[in-house]
Amino acid sequence: MKAVVVLFPGSNREGDAVRALEMAIGKKPQIVWHGETELPAGTDLVLLPGGFSYGDYLRCGAIAGRATIMDAVRAHAARGGLVLGICNGFQILCEGGLLPGVLMRNKDLRFICKMQHLRVERADTAFTRAYSKSQVIKVAIAHGEGNYEADEETIKRLEGDGRVAFRYCDDKGVVGGRANPNGSTHDIAGIYSDKRNVLGMMPHPENLIDPLVGGIDGVGLFKSLVAA
Amino acid sequence: MKARVTVTLKNGVLDPQGKAIEGALKSFGLEGVDSVRQGKVFDIELLTTDRAKAEELLKAACEKLLANTVVENYRVEIV
Repeated sequence: MKAVVVLFPGSNREGDAVRALEMAIGKKPQIVWHGETELPAGTDLVLLPGGFSYGDYLRCGAIAGRATIMDAVRAHAARGGLVLGICNGFQILCEGGLLPGVLMRNKDLRFICKMQHLRVERADTAFTRAYSKSQVIKVAIAHGEGNYEADEETIKRLEGDGRVAFRYCDDKGVVGGRANPNGSTHDIAGIYSDKRNVLGMMPHPENLIDPLVGGIDGVGLFKSLVAA
Repeated sequence: MKARVTVTLKNGVLDPQGKAIEGALKSFGLEGVDSVRQGKVFDIELLTTDRAKAEELLKAACEKLLANTVVENYRVEIV
């Protein structure tokens, strides 16, 4: 497994992403600058990390989504290559046209930074095979714009095609109501592309890989990728 | 040539910032405010003097970057 982490001006979670990938793969992933035009030969997985690319100017992920490296990332995804966007990375995937919809301001306008339970919607993808279906995992969320919105037709398509990856839930796996932190449509915390080789998610599995920081429920996602 | 591009949220898209501003205006006791929607304005100076070219260029700028047409509308005015 050859993984790369793309660095944009204003990314700040690339260190966490590198640590999580190194833990799973056994070697450090290469960091790729956003101004590059090509991914390193043999890249299997591209990770777009969290942060505040371009200071969230214009719209979150809008400018990064149009960076030159994104043409290479789009081509990689079109070839079936794996792409994982976490938090700002998810926003970049939406703005860059790799995933449908948009991440809007949280419903209550607050930046939310807390632990959050998620329900794993399916365990047969390259990102979730180390989990079980409907497993409840506890990871961190830290975002101001995580409220997933798309037109009705898109939501219907995502649901019908089983493209919802994770939903916000409570500790018992019950979805909806107060378990939804940001007003996201259908409690969506992450979605797949149509071929399920691209995953965008607001929560931070890369921060939950060490018992020292409160849990290891994020490990499964990275172990899944290595098994892919 | 100068232009102004206005980007607004489409109808039906939740606008929590607009709602908060609306609430603040109402809390001042300003009578008659019904609702507020927040948007963005871009003032752009163009090198061309050809109106048709300018319109084409601004449309491309909106579609490519200035507006996210999933949730936003845009309006171009050449001033």
